[in-house]
Amino acid sequence: MFRFAFRRFLSAVPTLFIVVTLSFFMMRIAPGGPFHLERPLPPQVFENLNRAFFLDQPLIVQYGHYLWNLMHGDFGPSFIYRDFTVAELIGNSLPYSMTLGFWALLIGVGGGVFVGSLAALKQNSLIDYMVMSVANIGITVPNFVFAPLMSLVFAVVLGWLPAGGWDDGGFRNLVLPVISLALPQFAVFARITRGSMIETLRADHIRTARAYGLPSRTIVIVHALRAALMPVISYLGPTAAGVLTGSVVVETVFSLPGVGRYFVLGALNRDYTLVMGTVVLISIFIIVFNLIVDLLYAVLDPRVRYE
Amino acid sequence: MTDNLLEIKGLHVRFGTPIGDVHAVKGIELSVAKGETLAIVGESGSGKSQTMMAMMGLLASNGRVEGSARFQGQELVGLPLKALNQVRGNKIAMIFQEPMTSLDPLYKIGKQLAEPMMYHRGLSAAEARKKAIELLELVQIPDPTRRVDSYPYELSGGQRQRVMIAMALANDPELLIADEPTTALDVTIQAQILELLADLKKRIGLAIIFISHDLNIVRRFSDRVAVMRLGEVVETGKVGEVFDNPQHPYTQMLLASEPTGRKAPVPDTAPILLEGSNVNVVFRMGGGFLGSKPSEIHAVNQVQIRLREGQTIGIVGESGSGKSTLGRALLRLNHGTGRIRFEDADISQASREAMREHRRHLQLVFQDPFGSLSPRMTAGEIVTEGLLVHEPQLTKADRDARAVQAFEEVGLDPNMRNRYPHEFSGGQRQRIAIARAIILKPKVVVLDEPTSALDRSVQKQIVELLRSLQRAHGLSYLFISHDLSVVRALSDYIIVMKSGKIVEEGSTEQIFDAPAMDYTRELMAAAFGH
Repeated sequence: MFRFAFRRFLSAVPTLFIVVTLSFFMMRIAPGGPFHLERPLPPQVFENLNRAFFLDQPLIVQYGHYLWNLMHGDFGPSFIYRDFTVAELIGNSLPYSMTLGFWALLIGVGGGVFVGSLAALKQNSLIDYMVMSVANIGITVPNFVFAPLMSLVFAVVLGWLPAGGWDDGGFRNLVLPVISLALPQFAVFARITRGSMIETLRADHIRTARAYGLPSRTIVIVHALRAALMPVISYLGPTAAGVLTGSVVVETVFSLPGVGRYFVLGALNRDYTLVMGTVVLISIFIIVFNLIVDLLYAVLDPRVRYE
Repeated sequence: MTDNLLEIKGLHVRFGTPIGDVHAVKGIELSVAKGETLAIVGESGSGKSQTMMAMMGLLASNGRVEGSARFQGQELVGLPLKALNQVRGNKIAMIFQEPMTSLDPLYKIGKQLAEPMMYHRGLSAAEARKKAIELLELVQIPDPTRRVDSYPYELSGGQRQRVMIAMALANDPELLIADEPTTALDVTIQAQILELLADLKKRIGLAIIFISHDLNIVRRFSDRVAVMRLGEVVETGKVGEVFDNPQHPYTQMLLASEPTGRKAPVPDTAPILLEGSNVNVVFRMGGGFLGSKPSEIHAVNQVQIRLREGQTIGIVGESGSGKSTLGRALLRLNHGTGRIRFEDADISQASREAMREHRRHLQLVFQDPFGSLSPRMTAGEIVTEGLLVHEPQLTKADRDARAVQAFEEVGLDPNMRNRYPHEFSGGQRQRIAIARAIILKPKVVVLDEPTSALDRSVQKQIVELLRSLQRAHGLSYLFISHDLSVVRALSDYIIVMKSGKIVEEGSTEQIFDAPAMDYTRELMAAAFGH
């Protein structure tokens, strides 16, 4: 298993290389640049800036330069936030996003798996219909609608919670953004769990457990849930990477200093290094979480063996 | 109050479906005495399994049960789950038909064996584990102290069924319900499992309800038999009486449905149609990126075979012996090596285009009548599809006329040719598959277990059909099967395979009446019980 994990780590290098290369050149195909502003800069300033950031060099040289720095852990300076390096920008904001994402993930996955199982056990009952209704709302209502609505109701009208801001990152500040971020995940995980649980409960080995008089609790928790979690886990990998690296909408609505807004700002401002930085960040998260998923698979299912 | 262990009275099972209730079991009466083996026989859909499931509270969620099933005086129908769980796996234990999937794939067998003991008898984990090892020894699993920590996927089908039996015996039950316990297993394994059950029954004095469609096994193994058909018990009695003097026409039909007759051998002068020399098929497994070493499986190993015009060669052997792989290699459907001749042409190196010429004469019928017909084509389209390739000059009307002809030949109503496969029964589908092969007027047909998925009475009809088609068209068959009674009825020459090699071959008489090799004798003994 360690050999497997090590091999997977090695194979992440070419993956990352391809992602970086594709993103680098695709971004440069798009017209414009970081210093094409609405009010054009004086030509001399423009040229000096370009020279300072190596933008006057041939593309392939810039690419080589970027790769070389990246290999040494240097994401380069931000083109727009000129007092910061990309590493500083991401490093400062990532903890906020990860805190938010962690709680949202915990509630979304934990809650989703729990109510999904419940719905499966009481298939076609009132509980089932209620869970599925909530899940459908969670999937269909986009969070740029849901998040402001939460803010309006609980902060503006009722005045129970702050409408935004991080402050000390306490419970009061986190409730609304966490719920807004968790709802769609909760909905998806509830649906996946329900479907997979219903299928598992029909399996032959569950019939065996029932025929041998095992109590329902044992059957569900020990025998059914473990098998039913497999599809949940495979979905967990990319989801966790996405949620932990920040949400543009939720962070914007609740004005939180997370990493999410850099995705959009970087792209809009043609802040090449910032975009590349976020791409690399997300790629690494996805690679790491997919590896964790594969290892979890082997832990849960003895038939999965990695040589 | 009788001294019967189990008394079933007026038991009904109904399943709610969108198109109305299906009445699966219609008020049956059955009883089992202490230490007795009752066999319930019947074809698929007769309600034999559902009766047991209903009694044990294991029906699917749309199933409803009515009536009475008293076990040691206690009513099981309508018993609350808590009380029912005191009976299930404790006083009544079950073994199922599907050894491959009946155990939880995610837990070690030791834990699965221990669970019911810990729950019903309050044993500690250590005690239960010790008892589990004893049980594995009892059901003759080699090296039980090591095997107790195996996962189900590490065991063969036969071993898994032994583990199920061990689990059934764990709490010294009074009654064991065995639902087709050997159907999914090879004949020799089947015989071992039955022997084990018979032995345990003698030693422990266990009563057994034995559900089976295999009359041979029932006869050897049970005291009394109940024959079920369409949800009703049509006949019950002592095994000897029922088998020797069946009263109900359905029982008579079942007993007569063992395929009979023999095929006369073809003369040595008959021309050789298909010949394979030094046929080998090797499968490579594993190996990949940054990877592990691939391993090789020699599925077919240096096989020589010669099929003459009008001849039927039966290829027998257990699963994994290479029968089907050999059949496919001879039709050039896999990557086999060796020399293969069809009529006067060497086809071992023929290109895809060159093979197409020969394909119409080399047809194949598969085992699975459900999976081998496209669900999105009508039966008529399925049957005539080959004509599009091999006789492209035919008009639509011509093809339709040929379809009508082919349907009649295989005993199907031609008016059914516009229906889709799911509207046909298993036997009818196999007729469609046969029609698809013979419409091209082939010379050789490879029949890969064509009767294995069918009920006995339907099997017999298919055997008759194959026989009459052979006579009418002078076909040659390669008949692949693990069912020796069908092979005996159809073939004039037999090849016995094991681990990819031919262990014995000869005329049907020679192989069945005087087998030379131990392995062949073992197969015979397992199939016919002598």
